[in-house]
Amino acid sequence: MSGRLVCAVLMIVALPTIWSAASAQTPKAPDTLEARVRACTPCHGVQGEGTDNDYFPRLAGKPAGYLTNQLIAFRDGRRRYAPMNYLLEYQNDDYLQKIAAYFSALRPPPQQPSVTEASPAVLARGKTLITHGDQMHGVPACSGCHGPKLTGMEPGIPGLVGLHASYISAQLGEFRYGTRTAPSPDCMQLVAASLTEGDVAAVAAYLASQPVPADPSPVARGTLAMPLACGSEPH
Amino acid sequence: MLTDRLASWLFIVGMFFTGFGVPAIAAGADDHALVAKGEYLAKAGDCIACHTDPGGALFAGGRALPTPFGTIYSSNITPDAATGIGNWSADDFYQAMHEGRFPDGGLIYPVMPYASYTKVTRADSDALFAYLRSVPPVNRPNRPNDLQFPYNNRQLILGWRTLYFNVGEYQPDATKSAEWNRGAYLVQGLGHCAMCHSPINALGGTPESRAFQGGLIPMQNWYAPSLTSNKEAGLGEWSIDEIVGLLRTGVSHRGAVYGPMAEVTFNSLQYLSDADVRAMAIYLKSLAAGTPPGPESSGVSSSESSLLMSLGQTVYQARCVICHGSDGSGLPPDYPPLAGNPSIQMESAVNPIRMVLNGGFPPGTGGNPEPYGMPPFAQTLSDDEVAAVVTYIRAAWGNQGTAVSASQANALRKVPLD
Repeated sequence: MSGRLVCAVLMIVALPTIWSAASAQTPKAPDTLEARVRACTPCHGVQGEGTDNDYFPRLAGKPAGYLTNQLIAFRDGRRRYAPMNYLLEYQNDDYLQKIAAYFSALRPPPQQPSVTEASPAVLARGKTLITHGDQMHGVPACSGCHGPKLTGMEPGIPGLVGLHASYISAQLGEFRYGTRTAPSPDCMQLVAASLTEGDVAAVAAYLASQPVPADPSPVARGTLAMPLACGSEPH
Repeated sequence: MLTDRLASWLFIVGMFFTGFGVPAIAAGADDHALVAKGEYLAKAGDCIACHTDPGGALFAGGRALPTPFGTIYSSNITPDAATGIGNWSADDFYQAMHEGRFPDGGLIYPVMPYASYTKVTRADSDALFAYLRSVPPVNRPNRPNDLQFPYNNRQLILGWRTLYFNVGEYQPDATKSAEWNRGAYLVQGLGHCAMCHSPINALGGTPESRAFQGGLIPMQNWYAPSLTSNKEAGLGEWSIDEIVGLLRTGVSHRGAVYGPMAEVTFNSLQYLSDADVRAMAIYLKSLAAGTPPGPESSGVSSSESSLLMSLGQTVYQARCVICHGSDGSGLPPDYPPLAGNPSIQMESAVNPIRMVLNGGFPPGTGGNPEPYGMPPFAQTLSDDEVAAVVTYIRAAWGNQGTAVSASQANALRKVPLD
C-alpha cells in the first residue's frame, strides 16, 4: 500500500521534470506577439516608434481600431503599398486585430522631431490649418477630429504626431487622388480635396516639427464633436 | 455533336451506376448534401483563387490573370443568367471541366486548368455544379481579354490542345492502394498542382513526360520546385505527418509554404479533410521516392567564398541570426531551418532571393492562426548584400547551393508583388 503511494508520489514529482526536460530539448520560438511581428519592425521600429525612413510611419500609440482598419485595407487592396499588401495577403481579421492592439499599446521613449527646413510663414500656415482650419475653403481644423494634442481619438482616428513630413503629404495626396480610401463617408477624401498643394506642405511641415507629447494616448471615443461624419469612426 | 453524345452516354452510365436511385431533382436533404460536397470540392479545386477578384463578390470573376501572351480576365461563374453560368446545364459544366469547351463548343483558354480538371469524375463535376448553382448570382459582365496578336485568336488553342491536352477522367492504378489513388486523383485533378509544378515551354504547354518536374511560374517569378526530385521539393524523405502538416497548416519542421503556395494552403488545402490531405501526402511522397537526396550543384568556389561568403556572414549575423540561428537550424516550425533545406539550395535561386527581398508570413490557417513573419529586406539591404547573404545561406552549414550575383538580386527587385 505504502509502496504504491510512494510510487505515485514519485511519479507526480518526476512528471514535471520529465516534461520540462522534453521541452528543453526542443526549444521553440517565443510564444509572443513581439516575436511574431518581427516582420514589421525593420521598417516601423522595434517599439513601433518609426525609423528614419521618410515613408514608414510610427505605429505606437495609434488607436487599435485605426491600425486594424489599415491592416485590413492593405490586405484587401483598399490601401495600396505593394510590400504591405504582399505581407498581409493571407492573414485573418482576428490576427490583424491582435497585431493592431500590440502596436497600439506600445509606448516607446520620446524622440526629438526632425529639424524642419520650412519657413516660419509656412509653419504658421500649417498651425492655423491644424488648429482652426480654413472656413473659407471648407477645411475643418485637424484638431477637431485628431484631438487637441493631435494624438487621435478611439477607435478609428489616428494620431498625427511622430510622423515624417513626406509621409503626411504622401497620405494627403493619396486621399486626394483616391488611391487611399476609407469606408464611406470618406471624410479624409473630402478634406484632402479641399487643400491646396501649399496647404498640404504646410500641414505636413508643421506636424513633423512637433514633439510627441509625454502621453501619446488617443482621447476616448466620443470625446470630440467631429465636424464631419467619417465611415471609420462610428458614433 | 460527339461531345453531346459522349456527355449523354456518360450521364446514362452514371445513372446506371447509381442504380437509377437518384431522381433528376433530388429532395432537400440530398440537395443539401450534394451542395456541401460541391463546396468542399470547390475548395479542393481552389476555384476562388482565380474566379474571385480580391475584395469582389464570390465567384463573380474579373480577376486579372497575367500570362506571357497577355492578360486574361477570369469569368463570372455565379448562377446569374445574363452574365454568369445561370443558363448552363450540368452537361455544359462537365464539358467545360472535362473538355475545355464552352456550351457552344468554343475553346476555353488553358489558363483554366482543364488539362487537370479533365480527370475529375462526372459525379464530382455535378456536385461542383450544384454548389455553384447555390451561390448568390452576381450580375457582372465578363471583361474582354487583353491578349496580344496572334494569341487573341482562339483557334490557336487547337494547336495547344493537340500537343498538350489529353481528355480523360482519372484512371485508378490497381497496383496501388485506395489512399494513393485518392491522393493522385486530387493532386492530378482538382488540385491542378501541375499548373505550377511542371515546366512550361514557350508554347505554354507541358509535355506529359515532364509532369511535376518543377519550373519558373510565368509572370509571377517564383520557382515552383520539382515534386519528383528530393533535390528540390520532392517529399520522398519526409514523413507523412510532416507533409500533411505543411500542406494543411502552412508550416512544418522542415520548412514553410511561401509565395504562391501560401495562397494554395490559405484558400484550399487548410479546408480539406485530414484523410484527403493524408492521401495527397502518400501520393506526393511516392513521386520522389528513391531519388537521391540533396542538391546536385557544386557549391560555391573558393575565390567566390572569400568575398561573398564573408560579407554574407556579416549580413547574416546582423539580420538573420536572431531567428534562424548561427547554425542555420532555426526554431521549427515557426523559424524555419535553413541548414539542409532543399528550398534554399535548389539550382534556381529565385525563391531564396525573393524571400530575402520580400519577406513574408506563412498563411493564417486553422492549425496556425498567428504565423511568425519574416521582414522584407528590399528596403534595407543593397543588391550586393542580398547576393552575399543568399550565397551564404546556400553554401554554409554543408549546404550545396551555388553563388548568387548582385544582378540576379537586382532583377528580382523589380518583380511586381501583386
